[in-house]
Amino acid sequence: MIKLNRVSKVYPDGTKAVDDVSFEVEEGELCVFLGPSGCGKTTTMKMINRLIPITEGEISIDGRKNTELNEDELRRSIGYAIQDIGLFPHMTVKQNIETVPILKHWSKSDRDKRVTELLDLMGLDPGEFLHKYPSELSGGQRQRVGVARSLGADPEILLMDEPFGAIDPINRVRLQDEFLSIQKVLKKTIIFVTHDIYEAIKMGDKIALMDHGQLVQYSTPADLLYQPKNEFVESFVGSDRALKGLQLIKIKDVMSDSLPCVKPEQTAEAAQTEMESKGFDWVAVVDDDNKCLGLVNQTDLASNKTVKEVMGPITATAAVGAVLNDAVSLMLSSGVNDLPVVDLDNRLVGVLSFGTVREALAKIADQGRESK
Amino acid sequence: MRRQIIFITLMLICVGITVWVTNMDRVGIMVPFTYEVIWMQIRRHLFSMVFPAVLIAIAIAVPVGVLVTRPGLKHLAPSVMSIASAGMAIPSMAVVAIMVPVFIAMGMRGFGISPALVALVLWGVLPILRNTCTAINNINPGVLEAARGMGMTRVQIARKIELPLALPVIMAGIRVATVILVGTATLAAIIGAGGLGHIILSGVLNRAPLITLQGAAPVAAIAITLSALLGYIEKRLTPRGISTDI
Repeated sequence: MIKLNRVSKVYPDGTKAVDDVSFEVEEGELCVFLGPSGCGKTTTMKMINRLIPITEGEISIDGRKNTELNEDELRRSIGYAIQDIGLFPHMTVKQNIETVPILKHWSKSDRDKRVTELLDLMGLDPGEFLHKYPSELSGGQRQRVGVARSLGADPEILLMDEPFGAIDPINRVRLQDEFLSIQKVLKKTIIFVTHDIYEAIKMGDKIALMDHGQLVQYSTPADLLYQPKNEFVESFVGSDRALKGLQLIKIKDVMSDSLPCVKPEQTAEAAQTEMESKGFDWVAVVDDDNKCLGLVNQTDLASNKTVKEVMGPITATAAVGAVLNDAVSLMLSSGVNDLPVVDLDNRLVGVLSFGTVREALAKIADQGRESK
Repeated sequence: MRRQIIFITLMLICVGITVWVTNMDRVGIMVPFTYEVIWMQIRRHLFSMVFPAVLIAIAIAVPVGVLVTRPGLKHLAPSVMSIASAGMAIPSMAVVAIMVPVFIAMGMRGFGISPALVALVLWGVLPILRNTCTAINNINPGVLEAARGMGMTRVQIARKIELPLALPVIMAGIRVATVILVGTATLAAIIGAGGLGHIILSGVLNRAPLITLQGAAPVAAIAITLSALLGYIEKRLTPRGISTDI
């Protein structure tokens, strides 16, 4: 647990970069420091590992003040990731990742094992990447190595300063997804600095929104969207908060599992009945393992044929792990009212329709209002 | 490959000129210098002037360069850099000539090796100092911040990050300084320090241009060789990740 108690940073010229900030980050939580540039979010983060000395107040980690430890020891116990420029250009991927383990005098075999483990975790093939130099990597790969390096000595706490900032939007989304799924397993306590509200809503268990050195609101992403504390928060969140709210809802939490499906060897008539009983204008065709084979539309139906003969390919499916944002965008672009939801092995697990999306959004907004 | 061909061609031309002039019977009113004298002057040129001057210049410039780029003294770096750059604009002839009255004023012999050596050191410090400052200042601040953020001590950052990243650029400064000093050391003959400049000067004073060539050609050959040699070392010192030809 990281606890900030009335923390301030005043520079010698009198500028107050951080002004009396107090809050706590629970263990295993990902806390996003969000705000416009110059709001003090990075300064606050850097005071945690004492890259920037604190002027007033105190920061404690698991009940111990961070000034008790030697500052180098403190930093070695906290993972630190910045934009990809932070990789050491004259060192290989392996040498970069084992930086902190070497500083902590790990044995060579432990280090080798750890580096391989981390590359696997980040989805980089150790055989290929171990001995490459940063200049030989793509932006996304560099970012992954940066995150792997911060996890080098398996710290309990990670500080990440816009770790996905210098990367194109498509790769950024992929990295965010990967990182979230890794975090689900690792359960590190993470401080994540960003100025991107979409990233904040997506990544954060909690968001600390800062402005002019002050903590404006510290709450869950949903509360930030639907219970803005003041006008600044409201304007920072923007008028399209309903759309942003779509990011907060996971497809698997709202999808309906009453889905229309038939086996390929069934008759077209059976498919018709299935559609009518479940109230859809299509039916998914699945094998015995529930894997998606295709789709039958109302227009495809001709009696006395089997499903196998009339089915067409499935054009649009939503991944069960994704958020509503992705699904709605797909629904709009492919012009359908309902999307079959599949898992990673292409097994049909549910169905998502516009009606469900609306209800889910209304519910999350209501919760916000009620607790106000 | 092309560089090697150019290098070998230039070397052959320089050595050829030297051999050609040395084997002549007379040049104008002069008898050409013998191989023994040329060898003696080359040794004097390199081992009494250029090499000691470069070594002393390294010993001064690198520590000073490192010092003025440390966090506490960083504000000094720009002024040191401009002094170094401005210093390089002073004609080398002037630096050598000024040493004579300076040495005499300090009660020492104004002619000979010592004042020449001091002038050469002063001249050699500048490119090395400038490159050392540039090399350290140009290291990506994100890299240094990451190193600090991961818990490296100042000494570890200097040794594991700054030194390997700065070394190629510092080495380039040493190469430039060495090549310049090989040329500048010929001026030392004016204040009686000898060296290959002595041969050049004899040619000038006796109106025997070929004798001048007899001294100048070895100077060029030495400069070209040292430049190639130090260039090779520079390349070997460049870490693989930041060299341009991986």
